Amino acid sequence: MGSFLTSRNVADVLGGLTNGVIYSLVALSLVLVWRSTRILNFAQGAMAMIAAYIGFAVLAPTTNYWVSMAVAIIAGLVLGGLTERVIVRGLYGKPEINPVVAMVGFLLVLESVAAAIWSTTSRGLPTPFSIVDWQINHKPVALSPFALYEIVTAVVVMTVIALLFQFTKLGLKLRAAALAPEVSRLLGVRVGRMLTLGWMLSSGVGAVTAVLVASNYFTGLTPTTMDGVFAFGFIAAAIGGLDSPVGALVSGVSLGIILQFVGDYLNSNDIILVALGMLIVSLMVRPNGVFTRSAQRRV
Amino acid sequence: MIRANGLSVTYGAVQALRDVTFTAETGAITAVLGANGAGKTTLLRAISGLVAPRSGTVSLDETTLTGERPEDIVRRGVGHVPEGRGVIAEFTVEENLRLGAMISPMPLRDGLNQQYEWFPVLGERRKQAAATLSGGERQMLAMARALIAKPTVLLLDEPSLGLAPLVTAQLMHTVSELCATTGLTVILVEQNAKSALRIARRAVVLYLGRVVADDDAAAVAQDDQLRQYYLGMVK
Repeated sequence: MGSFLTSRNVADVLGGLTNGVIYSLVALSLVLVWRSTRILNFAQGAMAMIAAYIGFAVLAPTTNYWVSMAVAIIAGLVLGGLTERVIVRGLYGKPEINPVVAMVGFLLVLESVAAAIWSTTSRGLPTPFSIVDWQINHKPVALSPFALYEIVTAVVVMTVIALLFQFTKLGLKLRAAALAPEVSRLLGVRVGRMLTLGWMLSSGVGAVTAVLVASNYFTGLTPTTMDGVFAFGFIAAAIGGLDSPVGALVSGVSLGIILQFVGDYLNSNDIILVALGMLIVSLMVRPNGVFTRSAQRRV
Repeated sequence: MIRANGLSVTYGAVQALRDVTFTAETGAITAVLGANGAGKTTLLRAISGLVAPRSGTVSLDETTLTGERPEDIVRRGVGHVPEGRGVIAEFTVEENLRLGAMISPMPLRDGLNQQYEWFPVLGERRKQAAATLSGGERQMLAMARALIAKPTVLLLDEPSLGLAPLVTAQLMHTVSELCATTGLTVILVEQNAKSALRIARRAVVLYLGRVVADDDAAAVAQDDQLRQYYLGMVK
């Protein structure tokens, strides 16, 4: 058992799982916005990065990781709500290129603002748990307490989102507003409020993701910390289907594991090539995503 | 009582409604009839706030509804079953009803039971996705979803569209029963003039956005000119 857990393939699966849950969270935050507003939020990663900076700004005085995580989440929620109200609301019903240009522009603005305020120097951030891998018979298992914390956090976030959408009145209204906005208004649902809430939730999930990524010893926090993670999360969302939260989860984790094997058995330089190749093949074979049924499209 | 007064609606250069005035009496069915493009659907959309009139007002008893948002107008007791039913296909029957019940003063369980009593087939299919229902069942679901909010006025847009004659007859009977037993005010938009005139107390006939007749349903049904030129009915 010990030798199995410390084997190369199991190490790849565990390492891939740890990365994959992060991709899943990014993909989920993209799906939350896409489902409700049909907008691809290219600034998702940058918004999460700003929330993480704000969260970590309070770390110095409090030296409490959990307080800074909470502040980052609140900052993410507020930033998401403000973005929807101030920038996105005016883009509904406009040509499809308008929100794309606006969100790419917003991404550049946020990264420039972050660099101006906090500089481009990477900030090494303390982690709440050890990043040293556990060992069995003096051999490392590719899983540390911090990696396990990342996986558990991602699972908790996804479970909370799933329960919210499936079993609460608010979730019913959020889903209805996304699927049939006009009918929802005729049933008393305040659709504008639901769209704002959708952006807030998405941005809150993004904030959790950014704090997890920035807590990683190897990446730290810079204005561009989330760029790479966003790219893989975007690929996961496109493969899984931008309408499917389940697709975000499964394709994010699958992508993480596959790319870990690619990096291990081929070359780490091939990772992005393989990821893009998977995206292209997926778009050719299942343009709406592997987990999106045609009936799930907006009516 | 719900009243439209001098209502005009334009879509760009197209004038969909021109100075439309009529009153729907409390507890009665008022049929709004006319050919395609007469402005029937636009009239309902203007009443429920989905389109803003260029001029004119809509009032419910003493309250002016014009200028209010659809989500506020429904809270004042005006339910709207849109053309094409508007059931959310991805939701189950019960989820559709729960959505409708959110602004209801009744406890959810009581509201659901009442709708299942009126439309027993919905009770049998409560866990089924709305996408799997037949056209008639979807229409029942759309009506039940509006009724569960306990409206005082119900706007029904082409409920018979695409339904078999027997199903249409059953639906019209249900609408008539609801009106008689609950005191509901119904504005029924229909192309199937014969079915609508059979259950309506009054009828308003629209032609190219104008009211060309506003009279007792029986009188409209007997008017050969109206029947022939505006309703496409032959003797």
